[in-house]
Formats: sequence, C-alpha cells, structure tokens
Amino acid sequence: MSVTRTGPLPAGADATYDVVVVGAGVVGSAIARTLARHPLRVALVEAANDVGDGTSKANTAILHTGFDALPGTLEARLVREGYHLLSAYAQETGIPVEPLGALLVAWDEQQRAALPRLAEKAQRNGHRTTGLLTAAELRSREPHLGPGALAALEVPGESVICPWTTTLAYATQAVRSGVDLHLDCRVEKVRPGDPYHRLVTRRGVLRTRHLVNACGLHADAFDALVGREDFTVTPRRGQLLVFDKFARDLVRHILLPVPGPLGKGVLIAPTVYGNVMLGPTAEDLDDKTATGTTAEGLAGLREQGGRILPALLDEEVTAVYAGLRAATGQEDYRIAAHPGLRYVTVGGIRSTGLTASLAIAEHVRGLLADCGLGLGPERPLARLRMPNLGEAFPRPYRDARLIARDPEFGAIVCHCERVTRGEIRAALTSTIPPGGLDGLRRRTRARGGRCQGHSCGAEVRALFEEHAEHREGTR
Amino acid sequence: MNRTVDVLVVGAGPAGLAAAARLAAAGAGRVEVLERELDAGGIPRHCARPGFGADARGRPLDGPGYARRSVRAALRAGATVRTGVSATGWAGPLTLDVTAPTGLERVRARAVVLATGARERPRSARLVPGSRPAGVLTTGELQRLVLRFGARPEHIGRRAVVVGGDPVARAAVRTLRAAGVEVVAVVTEHPARRTAFGAVPVLGGAVVSELLGRGRLTGVAVRSGAGRTTRHTLRCDTVVFTGDWIPDHELARACGLPLAPGTRGPATDSAFRTAAAGVFAVGNLLRGVEPAVVAAAEGRTVAAAVIGLLEGRPWPEGRVPVGVPAGSVGPLRWVTPGLLGPVAAPLLVRPERRLVRPVLTVTQDGAPLRRVRLNGALAPWRSVRLPPWWAHGVDLGGGPVVVGAEE
Repeated sequence: MSVTRTGPLPAGADATYDVVVVGAGVVGSAIARTLARHPLRVALVEAANDVGDGTSKANTAILHTGFDALPGTLEARLVREGYHLLSAYAQETGIPVEPLGALLVAWDEQQRAALPRLAEKAQRNGHRTTGLLTAAELRSREPHLGPGALAALEVPGESVICPWTTTLAYATQAVRSGVDLHLDCRVEKVRPGDPYHRLVTRRGVLRTRHLVNACGLHADAFDALVGREDFTVTPRRGQLLVFDKFARDLVRHILLPVPGPLGKGVLIAPTVYGNVMLGPTAEDLDDKTATGTTAEGLAGLREQGGRILPALLDEEVTAVYAGLRAATGQEDYRIAAHPGLRYVTVGGIRSTGLTASLAIAEHVRGLLADCGLGLGPERPLARLRMPNLGEAFPRPYRDARLIARDPEFGAIVCHCERVTRGEIRAALTSTIPPGGLDGLRRRTRARGGRCQGHSCGAEVRALFEEHAEHREGTR
Repeated sequence: MNRTVDVLVVGAGPAGLAAAARLAAAGAGRVEVLERELDAGGIPRHCARPGFGADARGRPLDGPGYARRSVRAALRAGATVRTGVSATGWAGPLTLDVTAPTGLERVRARAVVLATGARERPRSARLVPGSRPAGVLTTGELQRLVLRFGARPEHIGRRAVVVGGDPVARAAVRTLRAAGVEVVAVVTEHPARRTAFGAVPVLGGAVVSELLGRGRLTGVAVRSGAGRTTRHTLRCDTVVFTGDWIPDHELARACGLPLAPGTRGPATDSAFRTAAAGVFAVGNLLRGVEPAVVAAAEGRTVAAAVIGLLEGRPWPEGRVPVGVPAGSVGPLRWVTPGLLGPVAAPLLVRPERRLVRPVLTVTQDGAPLRRVRLNGALAPWRSVRLPPWWAHGVDLGGGPVVVGAEE
C-alpha cells in the first residue's frame, strides 16, 4: 500500500500489477476499492494530483433513486443498485447523506400533464412510492416557491450526498487495503502485450495484466491509446451557483425540473454542507478543459432560479463553478469489456455516476473475471470512518468531549465553515493527504465558505505549508 | 459550562474594544470581549500605514499601533479580552454558544454588543465568470498573507490587477507595491481618478469580465467603454478584489435581526440598539467600511445606552425604519441608522455613485418631509453626515421613512 505523487514509479517486481485502473475519479476509485477485496496487486493511476479532481468534484451531489432513468438500460439498473449500495456504504463510513426527497415541480400545463407519465416510468424503474401533489399541497411543502407552480411529483428517497467524501472514502479504503495510488501520473502511451500491458507514464512504466479505463472525459482518448475507437466523449458543461447557508431555510426538498422538449432545465437543491445549489446549465463543448463559467450562463441560472425560488436571489453567492460531464451521444453508459485485450472501458458515465459508482464497480469486477482475471477468495476491506463534513451531523467544533481530548478541535481556523485546526491537521496527515489547498478544502471545507478565504486563507495556507515542509524534512 | 457576564462584546476590533473600554471604565460590571482570531485588534492589525489618528503625544499611529493601543485601553479599563474564541450561535435571547480550545461554553449576558465587522465580497459573490485559478484574493487575504509570510511571489504573484476604486483599493496597491509586486492596473467601474493611485494606470468605467488561466491566474479580461463593449486582456498572475463590503452579519441574522436592505447590516437606532431587546450592534457590522476611528467612536457611543439598559431603562418601542428606496439600484446605496426613535439622530448617507449637488429628500408613507440641495459632490467611497434636524417631523407611529436623492 502506498500513495505516490512524485519520483519514479516502483520498479521491478513491485511494478507488475494484476489490474491497473486509470482514472481516480469516483468510478475508478470505486473499482479499485472493489478489487481490493481480492488478493490482487492493484494500482490506481491518476493524472491530477488528487483523487476526484475532474468531473467527480463538480457535480450536483445528488444520490439518485434512478426513478427517471430510461427503463431497461444498464444505467437504470446500475443507478438503482448503486443507490442502495452507496446508501449503506455512507451509513457505514460516515459519508454525509440527507434523504430529503425530490419534488418535480410543474410550472405549466404541459409539465403537469407529464407528471403521471413520469410516475409510471418511475414504477417501471421499481419506484412505487411516488405521489402527485396538488398546488396547495406543494405550497405547504415548499412555502417559498415562486408563483405559478401548478403541481408536483414527489419522489421519496432522492437524497443529497457529499461527493468529495465519497471519492475519498473509496480511494482511502482501497489504499488501506493494499492498492497503490499513483497521483500526478498521466498515462501517455499504452503498449498492449501478453502477458503484460506496458503503461508509459511521465514517471516511468507500469506493467499490468489487466487494464481498466475509468478516464471520464478522456475515456475516448485512452481507448485510442489501446487502439479502440468506439465512441467520442463530448464534454457537456454544467455551471452551478452555490448560495449562502442563510438560503438553506428557503428550500426543504430537492426541486427537480420536469424534463421536457426544451431540455432538462435547472434544479435547486440543498447541499449537505448547508448551502443551496442552483444549476446546472447544459452546454455541449469541444474543449475538455473548459471548466470556466460565463456571464451568460450565470445570468441565465439566476433568471431561472429566481422564478423557482424568488427569495434565493437576495442571498449572497458563496461559490460559482462549472463541471463537465461525459456525454457520448447515447442515453446509456458505455461500459465494454474487451477480453482479447484484457481491457475494460468504463465510459459515458454521466451525472448519475456518483450514485451508480459502487454498482459500476461490481459490474466491472464481473467483466474483469470474464476477461480472465482470477479474482481469488474474498477478504474484508480495511475498516473506514470518514470525517463528517455534513451540516446535519455532529461536527468537531461542537464536540465537548473531543475538544477536551484534543484542544485543537476547539480552535476554529475557517470561521465561515467552522473548520478547526484539528480537522486540518487530520486531513494533512491522512492516508491520502491533499495535494493543494483545493484538495484540503474538499477534505475539510476550509476556505470554502462565504468569505472564500478573506479571513482564513492565510492561516489555512500556513498550516498546509508547515505540514508540507515537515513532510519534506522527514523524508 | 454555563457562565454569566454583564456585557458580552463579540469582536475585538476598533468598535468592540472601544465599547468594552468605555463600559468597563464606567463600571458596567464584568465586560468580556470574544475574538475569534488569535490576536485582538481587528482589521487595523493588517494596515501598516498611518491614518489611524495620533497617540497621546500627537505622533501619528499606524494600524498595528492603533490596534495595540485599543487592546491596551480595553484591558486597562478592566475588560476581559479572550482571543481564539468563537461565538457560534445563540442558545437564548442573550446567551451565546462559544467554542474555544478550552472547551464549549454557554455565556449569558445582560447585554450583548455585536461588533463583528465586515468583509470584502470575494470574486464568487461578485459573480465574476471564468476559471477558478489560484491568485484570486481580496485585500483582506492579501494583507494577511503578507503579514503571515512576507512578500513571497508564490502567494501574492509578480504582476497584479486591483479591482475597485475605494480607499481600500489604494491600500491594496500600496501593499502590493511594498511587497515588490508590479501593479499592472487598477480597474474601477467608476470614472477614473488617476491621481489616487500614483503611477499605476487606472482603467475607469471598466469591469473585470472574466478570469483566465488554470492552476495559476494568467490574466483577466476587462470590458470598458460605452456599454462596456470593448474587451481586452490584462496579463497578470494575481487579481485583488477590493471593497464591495458586506457586514459579517452571521450572528445578527442568526438572532433574527432584520437587516437594513441597503447595508445588509442589522438595523439600529441612533444609540445602536437593534430590534432585539438587549442586543446592540456597532462598527462596520452595520454597513461595511468606515474608518477605524469612526467605528471606535460608535463603540464609545453605545456604552451610554448599554449602561442605561443595565440600570433598567426600558428598550424603546415604536421606532420607525429608515432606508433608501427599495428595488433597483438608485443614486443612494444606504443610510444609517436604520431605525429612528424619539431621540434625534444624525444620518449617515452613502451614495452609489458620484453625485454633483444632488437634492436629498426625506419622505414618510409617500409624504415629503424635507428636500434640501447639497452643495458640492458626493463620492461613493465616503459617507455624508446629515445633522439630526434632517429627521425632524417623522411620525413615530407612521410607516417607513425613505431617504432619496435627485440629481
């Protein structure tokens, strides 16, 4: 078990793996974790300097029931299974989840007419608990909705979840269970071979019998490295606005748009951190690095959000970001095994990938076995309990016993998010320490609040750098 | 652990410390100041420049000197100043939950003075589009970085753009240049005042329309000209967003205090009493930035009303809200105090933009009370103080009072 960020990759016998999973997003990390249940030599390889640094870090953070999936697709099945798997996993490991339920709000006759069909579709996806709400019922559930809401479909079970902790939990558990994680390790060439494929990276060559492509936006480019051209990934940009915690009282459910001929529209959802999120836009682009926001995008979101929840616009905006999801022109995942190549591509994992991640990992494990990977007996994974970032669950700054044991947990450094020095130290010394301040933010929320570092930025940076120096010094 | 004090002051900046010093000296009993940062003194600690009045011998004070003096004065008067201690919420009308390395506490007070200050809106709250690179700061973070680390280019860059036209933009420029950072330009949406920034070019009537670069900032796109249609790029590795203040009103809102729409601070009367009995608010929590000496003066002023409360004087009722016209952006940004009571109060008025010889108006329930043409020009970075007679004639049983301006 090791985590590397710099220097040459382990050479010799150590550098020969049974499986290399390329891409440490939520899907790749889940696959590595699942494989760690078997006595295999597994490596998780990532081009960025942290796990979950691409699509996984910037999504809508919803744990979907899968009620609106296209029935019969692989996605529909994996989302449904993944929902149950991840719900249980979150419970076990302390990933914050709030089962708020969703409301699909109809704003015109056409949308209202669509609700019964959506209820039927949910039923075909195995969800029998949806219910139709009249305008009055809807108003009593969500008193701050704007004028004109006609009816709604209620979907119990739709939840909000912490996407950062989820990816980190998978990767941490994988590493603690024996997986090697190589960060800052872009794969530049693949030389397929028998019995070993050779992966040429900036930091050296890795040898592996089996290969998993979990490269997200770059899944098509990686496929090309092994000589396959089955699909093209078109980045679809979603811009999102995160509103101040004072907006949290304005909304009680996940407010989903009714999908219609004019696209999916934007949703409003609480976050587990106690904010309110508005978005995403949907823009098909060519550039897989275009994670910037645009004036038009933000203005459009505010306009739509203002119709759904007018009071939202009076609140401050805490964060603005954009994520890219991997669209492939097909309404399903593009998961394919190539037994001859001992290779599995996990492509086209769209916004439901967070929910489906554990089911995708199970599915991929089966595909690898089909490709001739001898899994061997199962063994228990290392036990794991993640620090809680959720506002609805106990946080260290309020924990008298924890503070009595370690006063650092009573020293608040980031005041907006109430992150203590104890939590920052714990993140900096964790199994997968953050590679930078943004990684530290995703592990602790430090610098992620309404002041965005105005008050705490210098202090948080000082803690990070002190620790980095200390680490350099002890190496 | 539960404790009781006479006066709990939240925030050890100029306003909170001045209030504590005056209250302790006046025999208000146990006066305790909570400061969430490790050092007391507030924002002046970061401002290494003169402009903070003078000491007893008439020598000019810089920010850190002023901060030290304020802390000393509060301590000498007998107040307790506790640092590294955060008030995290209310457990009752005059009871605060507190987190400190020493543990959790529930502190009850007979009077609470909120002096939590203000912060600059960061890039996200200003909805500036673009990428999310490193090198995007507020003046506050810039000054703290320099104080904490000295001038290190990996933190504060080599070429900076400063956004804003207020005096705090000047402070940012000064800090950057003192740290050896080249300031490429000051970008301000107001008409350019070239003289204010020395040799640094000022782009007036311009806005930063996009941040560029991944990893580290590589530049900012600027729109200027009529309709802001001309776009060009300034190459830089740091951008500092200055001014655009918002009160740090978390505790005030958590207490349910109504905010004055223009300032986003809790509305108070001229004695700094909020809508909640026993809770006072002073300093830049009320409206963003005024100089430290103004905030401190408010701290001293509030002491009399706090002592009045401790001596049993009733909390006033029947105060009338006062503000700028609601809705779209008008010529005035805000007016304080936000509540008018029986005691006549001066009004502090902040224009949204430069106004030349405007006519200021006071109306209540749509009925005009007063119209006066002011001589000279009002600037958006400075407040105008109107004498107490401005509010004469207000009906304390009537509706909200609106202060407007016509050009």
